[in-house]
Amino acid sequence: MTELVLRIALTVAAALVATGLYGALSQQSIVMIMMGLELVVNGLILGAGAFWWAGGGGTDASVLVVVLVTVMAVEMALGFAVALALYRARQVDLTDDAAELAG
Amino acid sequence: MAAGAGAVTAGDHPATPVVETLRLLAKQRRRTPADDPALARIGLTVLPVAAVLALAVVPLGDTAPVDLDVGVVWFNAMEVLAWFAVWVAGWGPNAVTSLAGGYRMLPLGLAYELPHMLAIITPAIAAGSLAPATIAAAQHDLWYAVWMPAAFVLYLVSVAAMAFWGPFAAPLGRDLAGGAVAEHAGLGRLLLHAGRWMLLTAGAAMAVPLFLGGGAPPPITGPDPFPGLPALWFAVKLVVVIGLLLAARRVVPMLRTARFVTLAWTVLIPLAVAQALVVTVVVLT
Amino acid sequence: MIALVGALGVVAVGTGLLVFTVNSMARATFLLLASFVAVAVLLIAFGLGYLGTVIVLMMTIEMMIMAVFMVMLMMNPAGLMPMTMVHNRWGSWAIALVVFGLLAAGAWLVPFPTTGRAAQDPTVALGDALMGPQMLTMMTLGLALLATIVGTVAVAVSRR
Repeated sequence: MTELVLRIALTVAAALVATGLYGALSQQSIVMIMMGLELVVNGLILGAGAFWWAGGGGTDASVLVVVLVTVMAVEMALGFAVALALYRARQVDLTDDAAELAG
Repeated sequence: MAAGAGAVTAGDHPATPVVETLRLLAKQRRRTPADDPALARIGLTVLPVAAVLALAVVPLGDTAPVDLDVGVVWFNAMEVLAWFAVWVAGWGPNAVTSLAGGYRMLPLGLAYELPHMLAIITPAIAAGSLAPATIAAAQHDLWYAVWMPAAFVLYLVSVAAMAFWGPFAAPLGRDLAGGAVAEHAGLGRLLLHAGRWMLLTAGAAMAVPLFLGGGAPPPITGPDPFPGLPALWFAVKLVVVIGLLLAARRVVPMLRTARFVTLAWTVLIPLAVAQALVVTVVVLT
Repeated sequence: MIALVGALGVVAVGTGLLVFTVNSMARATFLLLASFVAVAVLLIAFGLGYLGTVIVLMMTIEMMIMAVFMVMLMMNPAGLMPMTMVHNRWGSWAIALVVFGLLAAGAWLVPFPTTGRAAQDPTVALGDALMGPQMLTMMTLGLALLATIVGTVAVAVSRR
């Protein structure tokens, strides 16, 4: 029973990671790419939570959730800072227009 | 006046809230071109629901309707949903004043949120628990409002700000013809106005277990004149807190959001950190 | 529990997929928030009440800030002019499906040791861990956040 729930939760987490990966790879807009990355981290959080539930007792999985939440905050902040700097320099918000980063 | 609808102010007739509610319920909704009514409705519905969910963990007397062991954090999370509600309510109608009003909620939120978090975590540090009932029970000798006055005052300020009410009513400001609520008529307007009053009440109610000893009588009165009636003491304290907020609204003018952000980040947050630090040091020693 | 994980999992993945199909950025933000809330509710159901609640709190704030940047930077935030802004759609789908297949195969084929529920209050246990054996993790996170604050301000501030 516990094992089955863990496997289902991990499958959902895998689906979230794959969805986020699709978004991050296919979207052109920097903001949408960041949404894809957030979905990937969302899947990782779910996986860590499921392992905590099934593993019992330990704190490693919940510490991992704290780390992942921090990763998400850092990713957001840095992503928007770069997007803003890029927009200030070139008035672009699409990755295809920013392929040439020099100058 | 449309801008004043639902915003009951001092000097109104006592029956005004009832009349306004009935008037708004009977009124038709308003649509604007190229709007997003589905999203706006989700936001408008979320606001009162979030207020009720926030109130659910507040001990109304001795025990909370839902006795959550992380009640303080839950309260905080539910109250932040108001950011979403107001922004989406402003975004939905695809109108300038409405969108500007919705946007004002975000700097307001970023200004009040950190002092608010620190103010609610300070009693939790002192009591060593995140459950509001445990925090209330830890104050039978000394109210936290007396021991940590800065946190109490910051909490009251942030309650008014989180309900975008009184001096912090910029998101619904009259200078924007009603801001986020400008294009909403009927039920939508009622939900937004009722939701902010519910949020204000929930915030005021949370002040009682966090800072005023919950359902216990004041420590200085000696024997309890109303033994076994924690709900009564809770109600008395709630009325006092709401009275304080209403009195503050009469003397403080509406703050421009940018000035409040500066005030929050240069004065209120350092003050809140200092208060939390003092309490932590006292608790640890 | 199986039904709960299944239902909320469908909500989380469904809203996650819709994020990349709707035209309106406000709707995309809302759907992403819904996906996060579904996962947060699952964490609360697993017994991680504190972490689940903190995720709701943090993600609501984060999504609202994200909405500001979207409206500021994107050319078509309200989706009033439907347009596709994707490149290499089928390649992305292929990579995503392969990754999903590998991860899901791992989820079903690897034998996981399961020991049942925790006895201690998870919030207290997490706090003890972060302030005790995992202190280094906590300090690293704090330093990373400080570096992020300084770095983002340095990068984003206008030089004109």
